[in-house]
Amino acid sequence: MTETTFAQLSTLSAYSAIGVLTLAMIAYAFYLARLAPARDERREQEAARRATPERELVGVGGGADQDHEADRAGAAGPTSEMPVESAGARKAAGIGWTLTLLGTVLVVAAVALRAAEVHRWPLGNMYEFALVGSMFTLLAYVGWSFRRDLRWLGVFVVVPVLVVLGTAETVWYTEASQLMPSLQSVWLAIHVTVATVAVAIFTIGAALGGLYLVQDRIEARGGTRSFMARLPSARALERLSYMTHVVAFPLWTFTVIVGAIWARQAWGAYWNWDPKEVWSFVIWVVYAAYLHARATTGWKRQNATWIALAGFVCVVLNFAVVNVYFVGQHSYSGL
Amino acid sequence: MSAPGDTRAPEATDGGGRSGGPPVQPSLGVLGWARFVWRQLTSMRTALFLLLLLAVAAIPGSTFPQRSIDAARTAQWISDHPTAGPILDDLGFFEVYASPWFAAIYLLLFVSLIGCVVPRTRVHWRQVRSVPPRAPRRLERLPAHREVVVDGTPEEVRERLRGALRRRRYRVHAHDDTSLSGEKGYLKETGNLVFHVALVGVLVGVAWGHLLGWRGDVIVPVGSTFANTLSRYDTFSPGPWVDPNDLDPYTLRLDRMDVAFETEDTGPGQFGQPRDFRASTTFTDGDGTERSEEIAVNHPLETGDGTVFLLGNGYAPRVTVRDAEGTVIYSDATAFLPEDNFYTSVGAVKVPGAVPEPLGFAGFFLPTGVIDDERGPHSVFPDTLDPQLALTAFEGELFPGGRPQSVYTLDTEAMEPLPGDEADQLRILLRPGETFELPGDRGSITFDGVERFAGLSIRTDPGKTLTLVAALTSLTGLVASLVVRRRRLFVRVGPADEAGRTVVAVGGLAKDDDEGMDDELAAVLTTDEGPR
Repeated sequence: MTETTFAQLSTLSAYSAIGVLTLAMIAYAFYLARLAPARDERREQEAARRATPERELVGVGGGADQDHEADRAGAAGPTSEMPVESAGARKAAGIGWTLTLLGTVLVVAAVALRAAEVHRWPLGNMYEFALVGSMFTLLAYVGWSFRRDLRWLGVFVVVPVLVVLGTAETVWYTEASQLMPSLQSVWLAIHVTVATVAVAIFTIGAALGGLYLVQDRIEARGGTRSFMARLPSARALERLSYMTHVVAFPLWTFTVIVGAIWARQAWGAYWNWDPKEVWSFVIWVVYAAYLHARATTGWKRQNATWIALAGFVCVVLNFAVVNVYFVGQHSYSGL
Repeated sequence: MSAPGDTRAPEATDGGGRSGGPPVQPSLGVLGWARFVWRQLTSMRTALFLLLLLAVAAIPGSTFPQRSIDAARTAQWISDHPTAGPILDDLGFFEVYASPWFAAIYLLLFVSLIGCVVPRTRVHWRQVRSVPPRAPRRLERLPAHREVVVDGTPEEVRERLRGALRRRRYRVHAHDDTSLSGEKGYLKETGNLVFHVALVGVLVGVAWGHLLGWRGDVIVPVGSTFANTLSRYDTFSPGPWVDPNDLDPYTLRLDRMDVAFETEDTGPGQFGQPRDFRASTTFTDGDGTERSEEIAVNHPLETGDGTVFLLGNGYAPRVTVRDAEGTVIYSDATAFLPEDNFYTSVGAVKVPGAVPEPLGFAGFFLPTGVIDDERGPHSVFPDTLDPQLALTAFEGELFPGGRPQSVYTLDTEAMEPLPGDEADQLRILLRPGETFELPGDRGSITFDGVERFAGLSIRTDPGKTLTLVAALTSLTGLVASLVVRRRRLFVRVGPADEAGRTVVAVGGLAKDDDEGMDDELAAVLTTDEGPR
């Protein structure tokens, strides 16, 4: 096959993924809508909620037992405590999941075809970062879903992926091209790949963090009749969010260290306060602050989560703004 | 920066320095105040505040041009903003990372870090060497708890559980005959402390490199030799503790400079992009041994005293200036500095020996030249497809007042432009091999040809190994502190109602919110109920 064929197939694959994921998003949204408890069910549920005052368990190590159960209930769908989800909901979630799998395969294919087209590691410009970042976000979600029931999270992962993929194809699209000399290094494969994985996981962490803050507010108000009532408890959401950050933060640390090694190789100094370096540092510091805040007794988990979300804002800025508008040595957007 | 379970002791236990509230004692005295300030500084609240402040303070360095990165752009920004520029300059916004306020933040942060890590290390050291505490009387009060009845006498069951706990790498101690105390996950706090101490190592490495490192930049045209002495450098910036006269006496000859630019891909922003830079050099070390070395981007040359990086390249037109009699008064490959991606390069040729007055030429070298009314002389491709030299000529004093000046620009303050035929000023356009006769018996200028030059940067950073090792150590510590779980597990055994059976109660206590504690208890009991 010629390079042009690869290029066409890659783009076709990416566009198909957008289509498939849009359908997945609709299916997942439908699933959540169908999850919303019926009126009488809701009353029962609120009674149950009053009976097990989850929020009081937040004290030091309080009630790991119930907590565990609550978590299971949230994460594993129907249990004795939860009303069985309707057949419609289950069907919608199944469709969403299958389409997400298909979308993931298509994005992986788009990346592989792009790599075949450019004859190098497909992480040389902003279009490729976005494509590979979407791939890792989907892979992380799919991989995690094999261990936990995360159907409720589907829409919150698919939507950001769709936004990024759509922008990539329409705004950031860059013709296949070879790399400038400073990028021709094995460190490209290590540094940028790990950075992209970290960003993918931060994205899921931010989605969970946002859901936690919403759920927390709902619980403080005393429940809701929306689908949020069927999502895991605020405490469980917060813990899932923390878990993802715990994975992503060391990866980001690794990214920064490896970036420094490469910077020394390519530019002569391991740290030069290039705008991209500045923002990577800012991201690192903000997420470090999140982990500290979360580890400190006496700091509210809500406030800690806000710091994590601020960190994600920095991640987005680092990608969408610093790449394009700031003058520096990391000017590889290809735009 | 640290791990869960991070309760900085002073904040939690101390009444005097507790967040925000006034100190308990009405008069503290000097020592009391010092202690109060110290506790405030080492509290987690302050550390968090400083961390966030550090993040915010770092941002202006990415939005404003920084003098240490691009002095020309900084100067341009300041002159473009006559009001804000000088004020921001005084506040250090163009040298954020060397500014006192930025230093204040990270130094306070590190003081806070040390003030936290030292007492924690003491506590941890004591804990690592002590036995797990006595089992609480009522295990059912612990956050995770299980009770089962199993076969065997209490003694047998207890021994089986002791084995089970040991296999699960608990440190086990029996304070009495009916209980066991186990603890594991000391590595968590160890990792946490290692992470923080290693960060200090990173800072020390950075400081070390700053004090003892140096960098020098030099432009070497093809065919020229660079000798590693202070006077040969175009710029040299030594650290405060560096003796710049103590450089290794090696030489480096640039034999060839190979470059490749994108010619096939005509997509936006790609045509003419650099694809490869490669300098073939002959390296001669202090005792005269020669060897061929290739220097490329991402492939620097280690010399033993500094690493040679190929960071730039460009063109050095060979220009010969003759006087009216035809005697050569200037002949050199003069580097012109590339200004854009297509190597529109600016430079100056200074001829102090010209008569009747010193001559200066300033202008552009264009590897693939186009001159239009809108943009003036500019290049449309970085390679030498149609090299042209576009110059204006001046005569007068070249170095007025003996002020230092750039070799790429002409200070025309004390000079007069040579008059042209139609235009008010003489404009010279030369292609290789062409000669231009200067008016009024001033001689001639010839563009002989063009060489490439390599922009080399030679640098040492003796702190970089320490920084790297410390950074990797800190990453290891970080992973340990985030992944390892600190758990205490207690066992109590007692005879059951039926003979030969035993009631086993296990209780677990995790250092922080620990989802797996319940499974852990189950696992310990399952091991016990296994083959017997």
